[in-house]
Amino acid sequence: MKPTTNEISLNQSVNPLLNDAALIQLRENLLRFATLQLRNREVAEDVVQDTILAALAASDRFEHRASVKTWVFSILKNKIVDVFRDRWNKNRVELAEATGDETEFDVLFMENDRWQHSEMPTRWGDPEQTFSDKQFWKVFDLCTSRMPETTVRVFFMRELLGLEVNEICKELAITTSNCWVILHRARMSLRLCLQQCWFERDEKT
Amino acid sequence: MMSCKEAAYLLSQRQDRKLSATETMALRLHLMMCSGCTNFADNMAFLRKTCERIVNDIKQE
Repeated sequence: MKPTTNEISLNQSVNPLLNDAALIQLRENLLRFATLQLRNREVAEDVVQDTILAALAASDRFEHRASVKTWVFSILKNKIVDVFRDRWNKNRVELAEATGDETEFDVLFMENDRWQHSEMPTRWGDPEQTFSDKQFWKVFDLCTSRMPETTVRVFFMRELLGLEVNEICKELAITTSNCWVILHRARMSLRLCLQQCWFERDEKT
Repeated sequence: MMSCKEAAYLLSQRQDRKLSATETMALRLHLMMCSGCTNFADNMAFLRKTCERIVNDIKQE
């Protein structure tokens, strides 16, 4: 989705904290990012509102216009990590849900632990071409929404919020090996869902 | 010889930590002979790019 000329000039020249139209656009983008991860529109709206208020309160200390979005985005990331940590601490039994059953993906493999012929991963081709298809992003959202929330939460902390594994372990008070198991489970599950719902869709229709 | 199940786990871990020399070697040998796991490695890179795209879109739009 290419922005129009108007949008480009708006984006490049206007500090979103000082311009209503730009702020509305920024809020929309932040909200989309937060909702994907928090899975709850109301919570996402609260977090985004807190983020924007925090940014506005500190905006006089922020001189570099070009990176305002990056800065606001980093505030949002920290707030999402806070929510994830609180949710995790509220329910410690979630660890079992997050790591899952170790036999979960055994159906993909034969008895000697090689890929079943029918489950052999295929090449997914050029990412750029896939990313330009809006429908792909709907399928991506669908696939992440199918994963257990606790599992996808760790995956997002790693891949969208950019935390290192040791940082995730510290935030959630889990062991490194638990973290690896959860991340692997998330990737296996997301890969399988995209394989079935996107990359093999033509074969099945 | 490493199994596909083990190779998949290492390919996932490779996104999060530097593999040891022994792991790297064993994985390389496996990938030389296994197109399924080679494609799995490609899929892992694809997933990472997908997430990077989401983050970059938010910052730039």
